[in-house]
Amino acid sequence: MMDSLEKASSVRDLATARVKIEIAGMSKWYGTFQVLKNINLNVLEGERIVIAGPSGSGKSTLIRCINRLETHDAGRIAIDGVDLTDDLRRVDVVRREVGMVFQQFNLFPHMTVLENLTLAPILVRKMPEAEARDMAMQYLERVRIPEQANKYPGQLSGGQQQRVAIARALCMNPHVMLFDEPTSALDPEMIKEVLDVMIGLAESGMTMLCVTHEMGFARQVADRVVFMDAGEIIEDDVPEEFFAHPKNDRTRAFLQQILSH
Amino acid sequence: MTQLTLAPVRRRISAMAWARENLFSSPFNTVLTLAALYLIWLVVPDLLDWAVFRATFTGLDRKACLGADQGACWPFVTHNLDQFIYGHYPEEERWRVDTTFILGIAGLVPLMIPRAPWKRLNALYMLGFFPLAAFVLLSGGRSGLNPVDTSYWGGFMLTLVVAVTGIVLSLPLGIVLALGRRSRLPLIRLLSVIYIEFWRGVPLVTVLFMASVMLPLFLPQGVTFDKLLRCLIGVTLFSAAYMAEVVRGGLQAIPRGQQEAASALGLGYWQSMWFIVIPQALRHVIPGIVNTFIGLFKDTTLVLVVGLFDLFGMVQFQLSDARWSTPQTPTTGYAFVAFVFWVCCFGMSRYSMSVEKRLKQGGSK
Ligand SMILES: Nc1ncnc2c1ncn2[C@@H]1O[C@H](COP(=O)(O)OP(=O)(O)OP(=O)(O)O)[C@@H](O)[C@H]1O
Ligand SMILES: [Mg+2]
Repeated sequence: MMDSLEKASSVRDLATARVKIEIAGMSKWYGTFQVLKNINLNVLEGERIVIAGPSGSGKSTLIRCINRLETHDAGRIAIDGVDLTDDLRRVDVVRREVGMVFQQFNLFPHMTVLENLTLAPILVRKMPEAEARDMAMQYLERVRIPEQANKYPGQLSGGQQQRVAIARALCMNPHVMLFDEPTSALDPEMIKEVLDVMIGLAESGMTMLCVTHEMGFARQVADRVVFMDAGEIIEDDVPEEFFAHPKNDRTRAFLQQILSH
Repeated sequence: MTQLTLAPVRRRISAMAWARENLFSSPFNTVLTLAALYLIWLVVPDLLDWAVFRATFTGLDRKACLGADQGACWPFVTHNLDQFIYGHYPEEERWRVDTTFILGIAGLVPLMIPRAPWKRLNALYMLGFFPLAAFVLLSGGRSGLNPVDTSYWGGFMLTLVVAVTGIVLSLPLGIVLALGRRSRLPLIRLLSVIYIEFWRGVPLVTVLFMASVMLPLFLPQGVTFDKLLRCLIGVTLFSAAYMAEVVRGGLQAIPRGQQEAASALGLGYWQSMWFIVIPQALRHVIPGIVNTFIGLFKDTTLVLVVGLFDLFGMVQFQLSDARWSTPQTPTTGYAFVAFVFWVCCFGMSRYSMSVEKRLKQGGSK
């Protein structure tokens, strides 16, 4: 059924796109425990990648390394050809380039929705307040909740909060968006409204890395599905192949489990 | 029509319902309520009798208060009120203290009223202009004002100087220390822990003695600095350690995700602390912060041990005045001091409660 759906269309040609994120031989340890093992992953500009895998397989850690909320211990991560190192200026550049959406939304509860959206553009991008507010309203319209601008996060539903969080990340004009299980904390009836926003974002040509268990979403928008287990990438394929002919036993077991629900 | 006739009835019922709900909801609660009523009945009539019905309100010296079965001797307070307020500050210069006080109130009141406009300007006035103006006005020696040595300062004015300085400086210092204690840099963490545990481990009296007696021994000969200044520093450093622990509790209540979200948006460490983490952390611990303020306010009385005469010190000092020596004078004096301190502390406590309530209504979780 879903296979017959047309892939979200957008003007892009992945064959000639340049590499946006390059991860090569990357490893990470927590103490003696190796969370990530020799990760190799290239993400092209405009590419949409879904990362799946069982709990504890290192999905969050991987995408948190990309905007340096976690540091990697070996190998390299480069964004637009710039290596991620301890050099703080580079970290700043990367964080402006890369937006992130969390499972728990992480909105700032003591600020209104509008303040949540304008804070970083004003502080980090030095944008004039009025301009930041206009832009914030545009993004709120894009996630379809402009009428909530002056409410506090605590007054919104989970789905609305997550859409605000997406708008907040977009306000920094990132070239890459990272999502860490954006719908896992939501009630079922709110999942769709968030996925719709993400699909819209995909259609606009945004480079996206998305950890999710929403396989329908993966089929519809992903260019590639990456499967992780025990800190390793064990499968990396276009969704049609990934779902129809998984090569690895563990992938098969995982798919059986998740699709039987 | 029906609404008009119903409204008052409903209100009367709700008063009774309130009593039933709050005072007599369970047998245990009922016992507590009755015990409390009994205590009130024991204490209040006698207190009123002493403070009002048997008290003396006018008179020029001790003779007014010498009657048998005499209550409070209020003329002792009214007669010495100027001393209790200004200490030994020269009489012809006391307008400077009054002006400072008015300047302070003029800044504080609009700052405390949530709806008053220009909060940023107001805060700037209170933290920038006012301390400077207060310093110049009170100590003089410039702008054509006669210098008044701090050894003349005293009474309630000194209480306020010590308390306000301590309160205003200990909070930011405490915040920095609390952040330091959670720092990822081991050296900063170690220094913060040493600082906090040192100051929490010594009694304030010791700190004040050290500041006033020991410190000069360590300073090179001829270098002196003001005794009051030394006390202010002592009190501030001391309460900053307590404040740090209160603030740390608040910082711990903030989920890691808040700082991660701020970092992911490109905010630096200080930006995310200042705009995201600290405002939320402080909200969580307003009761603890105010508690520390109240403790500090009352601890100012300890400056007496190094020869500074705050309100309590001045009252104590005047008790030795033979003109007012009566059996009731000490009780009256101490009751007066207790009352003034109680009003100030109770005021702080009530205001903090209203702030908490407002923040809860503000919709923030
Ligand atoms: N700060 C940490 N210290 C030690 N171990 C950690 C830390 N963070 C994560 N881990 C461990 O690293 C492994 C990978 O964690 P990660 O959160 O990346 O998994 P995940 O694939 O996102 O799982 P989930 O689906 O549950 O979110 C887990 O075994 C986890 O226990
Ligand atoms: Mg995870």
